[in-house]
Amino acid sequence: MGRYVVRRLLQMIPVFIGATLLIFLMVNVMGDPIAGLCGDRQCDPATAAQLEKEFGLDKPVWQQYLTYMGNVFTGDFGTAFNGQEVTELMASAFPVTIRLTIVAILFEIVIGITLGVITGLRRGRPVDTGVLLITLVVISVPTFVTGLLLQLLLGVEWGWIKPSVSTDATFGELIVPGLVLASVSLAYVTRLTRTSIAENRRSDYVRTAVAKGLPRRRVITKHLLRNSLIPVVTFIGTDIGALMGGAIVTERIFNIHGVGYQLYQGILRQNTQTVVGFVTVLVLVFLVANLLVDLLYAVLDPRIRYA
Amino acid sequence: MRGATHAKWTACAVAVALAATACGGGDDDGGSGGDTSAVLSASWGDPQNPLEPANTNEVQGGKVLDMVFRGLKRYNPETGAAEDMLAESIETSDSQNFTIKIKDWTFSNGEKVTADSFVNAWNYGASLKNNQKNAYFFSYIEGYDQVHPEDGSKQTADTLSGLKVVDEKTFTVKLNQKFSTFPETLGYSAYAPLPQEFFDDHSAWLSKPVGNGPYTIQSYAKGSQMSLRAWEDYPGEDKAQNGGVDLKVYTDNNTAYTDLLAGNLDLVDDVPASQLANVQADLGDRYLNTPAGIIQTLAFPYYDEKWDQPDSDKVRTGLSRAIDRKQITETIFQKTRTPATDWTSPVLGEEGGFEEGFCGDACEYDPDEAKKLIEEGGGLPGGQVKITYNADTGSHKDWVDAVCNSINNALDNEKACVGNPVGTFADFRNQITDLKMSGPFRAGWQMDYPLIQNFLQPLYYTNASSNDGKWSNKEFDDLVDQANAEADTAKAVDLFKQAEAVVRDNMAAIPLWYQNGSAGYSERLSNVKLNPFSVPVYNEIKVG
Repeated sequence: MGRYVVRRLLQMIPVFIGATLLIFLMVNVMGDPIAGLCGDRQCDPATAAQLEKEFGLDKPVWQQYLTYMGNVFTGDFGTAFNGQEVTELMASAFPVTIRLTIVAILFEIVIGITLGVITGLRRGRPVDTGVLLITLVVISVPTFVTGLLLQLLLGVEWGWIKPSVSTDATFGELIVPGLVLASVSLAYVTRLTRTSIAENRRSDYVRTAVAKGLPRRRVITKHLLRNSLIPVVTFIGTDIGALMGGAIVTERIFNIHGVGYQLYQGILRQNTQTVVGFVTVLVLVFLVANLLVDLLYAVLDPRIRYA
Repeated sequence: MRGATHAKWTACAVAVALAATACGGGDDDGGSGGDTSAVLSASWGDPQNPLEPANTNEVQGGKVLDMVFRGLKRYNPETGAAEDMLAESIETSDSQNFTIKIKDWTFSNGEKVTADSFVNAWNYGASLKNNQKNAYFFSYIEGYDQVHPEDGSKQTADTLSGLKVVDEKTFTVKLNQKFSTFPETLGYSAYAPLPQEFFDDHSAWLSKPVGNGPYTIQSYAKGSQMSLRAWEDYPGEDKAQNGGVDLKVYTDNNTAYTDLLAGNLDLVDDVPASQLANVQADLGDRYLNTPAGIIQTLAFPYYDEKWDQPDSDKVRTGLSRAIDRKQITETIFQKTRTPATDWTSPVLGEEGGFEEGFCGDACEYDPDEAKKLIEEGGGLPGGQVKITYNADTGSHKDWVDAVCNSINNALDNEKACVGNPVGTFADFRNQITDLKMSGPFRAGWQMDYPLIQNFLQPLYYTNASSNDGKWSNKEFDDLVDQANAEADTAKAVDLFKQAEAVVRDNMAAIPLWYQNGSAGYSERLSNVKLNPFSVPVYNEIKVG
C-alpha cells in the first residue's frame, strides 16, 4: 500500500515536469508580453529592455524555464506585472475556488447520486423518464445560459440573491454559482449512477443479499450502491480538477475572483508568471485527485488491492 | 481487509491536508468600513501596473490617482481647460525656462508639499532604473538623455539637470527645446508630487498609497476592492461631496451592470456594448453619454512599399469615403460614438483646435467617388485590404466587420476587405512594434491632456512614440516644431491646425469616430458627471 503510493508519487514527477514545460512553452510562443504594457503606444525601448531584463525575458527559453522551476521549488512563483507576488494572487484566488468546488461537488454527490439511485431502481417508470429528460436539457444548455438566466431571475427579477459574489465569497453566496457550475456534471453523475445501479441490480451478490432476507435499505446502500460507485467516483475525481480550472465562465458571470478569473486575466495580459504558476498548481491538484480516486477504489471494492 | 482500512486512512489524511491548506488564509479582509451612509460603490477594473503616478497609463489606475492626487494643474471636469491647482504661478519668458511657485498644501499624512516633493517625484519618474512606463513625459526636460538613455546603456545621472529647487516653495524647469504649452501638460497624473514615504518605504506606500488629493485610501485589497474616504482636512477647494467611494473590481462589465440594476452598486462607468440597446429603458435619465477625448482611426503601414506609393493617398481617401460612419455609429454603437470629421476630439473645443468638418469631403460617405479614387490610385494593394485588430477587448470585431461590409458594398466586391483578428492585445501590439502589419490596422488614441498637440505629435511626428504606421512628413514635422516654439497659444493652435491639414491632405490615417464615455448610476446618486477622460468626477457626486 505505502509502496504503491510512493510509486504513484514518483510517477507524478515526469508528468509534472512535462506539463509545466508545455505550458511554459505555449505561453512563450504568444510573444513578447512587454508590448501590451504600454497601452496603444510603443514602450520606449530603454524601459522595455529594462523590464525584459527584470522579468528574465532576455534569456533563452530553456534558461527561463530552469530558473523558473528552480524558484518554484523554493516557493517563489515570481511576480505578476502589477507588482503582486503570484503566491499572493494564489492565496486570494484558491480558497475562493476551492469553496466553489466544494459546493459544486456536494451538489453532484448529494443530488446526482440520489437521483441516480432513484432512477436506477425505477427504470422505465415515469420518474426515470422525467429525470432523464431533465438531465438531457441540462447537458445541452451551455453553462453561461443557465448562469445568466439564474442571475437575472433570482438576482434582479425576484431579488432572492445578490447577482454578484462579494470579495469574501462565503459558502452562502456560492450556492447558486456552485449549482450552475455543477449542473452539467450533476446530470452526468445522475446518468452514470443510474446505469451502474441498473446493471448491478441484477448481479448475483444482490440477489443473494435479497435472498438472505436483508432489509432493502441495507441491500441498496451496502451492497448495490457501494459497488456501483466506482465509475462515479472516477468521474467526480477528475471533475475536481476540471471544476477548479474550468470555472472561468461561471466565475466571470458571478464576479468570483477565483482561479479561472486570474487565469483569464493572466492570459489576456500575457503574464507568463501568473499563468504558469496557476497551471502548475492545477496540475498538482489533478495528480493528487487522481491518486485519491485510485485509493478510493480499494475502499469501495475490497477485491481491489494495491501491493 | 487490511489494505482497505489503510487506503481509507491515507485518503482521508490527504483530503484533510488539502482542505486545511485550502481553508487557511482565505478570510484576510472582512467587509468594508461601517460608514455606509454617504459612501458610494463604483465598478472598477484591476489596474495593470503598480499604482505609481509615473507608471499608470491606463484608465483604471488613473481613476484612483485622480482621487488621491492633485498636481500643479487640473483639467476642468467640464471644459477640459488646465487650471491652477497646486501651482501658485508658472512663469516663463522664453517658452523654455519655467519658474514654478506652489501653494501651501499638505499630504494626507501631514507632510508638507514642497518643491522637493515635485522634483523628487519627477526625477523618480524619469530615471530608467525605476521602470516607469510614463517616463517619456519627462523627455522634454533637460538632462533626460542622461537619466534615461534611449539606447538602454547605463544611465549617467540619477537626477534631471533641468530641475532646480530654489526654495521650499519654488523650483525651476529647463526644457531641452521650446515648448510653449508645457504648463498645460502638467495636469497629467505622471507629474503628481510624492511624499517622502514613497521613497523611504516603497512597498508600504504601494500597498496603501498616500497622496494629496480629496480622498485617502482606507483599505486596499489588491485585485478586489479599494475603499477611499473623503479627507476631512483637504486643503483644496474641490473637496469631496460624499463620504467616500468603494471601488469594486468586477470580473465582467456585464456583471457590474446587472449589479447596478439589482441595486447592489451605485455607479458603472463602462456600460457593456451588449446592453446599450436597453440602457435607456433600464436607467432612463440615470444614463450618461458624453464626449471623451478618444478618437478611433485606421492607421496604415508606411514601412510596407505597397502602401507607400505616390498615389496611395488616393486609395486611402477612397477607403475613407467607402465607410458609412453614420450608419455604423448608430446601429453598432447606439450613438455612443460620433462620426469623426477631423483628427482631434470635440472635447478640445473650437479654441483648442477642434473643427467640425475639417476633414471635408474625404470623410463623407460616397460609394461612387470611393470607387473612382481607389481606381485612380492604382486599386487596392494586392486586391484586398485586411484590417487588423485585437479581438479580446471592446467590440472591435463588430465594427471592423461593419467597416469591411461598408467597403465591400461600396466597391461592389465581396472580397475587397476582410477583418484580421489577433487574439490578444499584447500580441497585437507585438506585431505592430515588429512592423508586421500588411494593411490598415485599428488605432485608438486616448488623450493624455486636452491639447491639440497631444492628438498630433505622438501619432504623426516622425518616429514618435505612437506613430505605429511610421508615417513621416517633413512639412508636418516642421509645423509641429514651429507650433511648440510659439509662445502665443492661439497662434500655436493655428500652426497645429496647419499641421493637421497636412495629415488631412495625405490621409495619413482614416479618422473613424469620436468615442463617448458612458456611465449609469443608481437612484441614490446625483450630480454625476464624466470628465473629458471618460472618468467619473467622483468628488462632485452627491449621495442620498
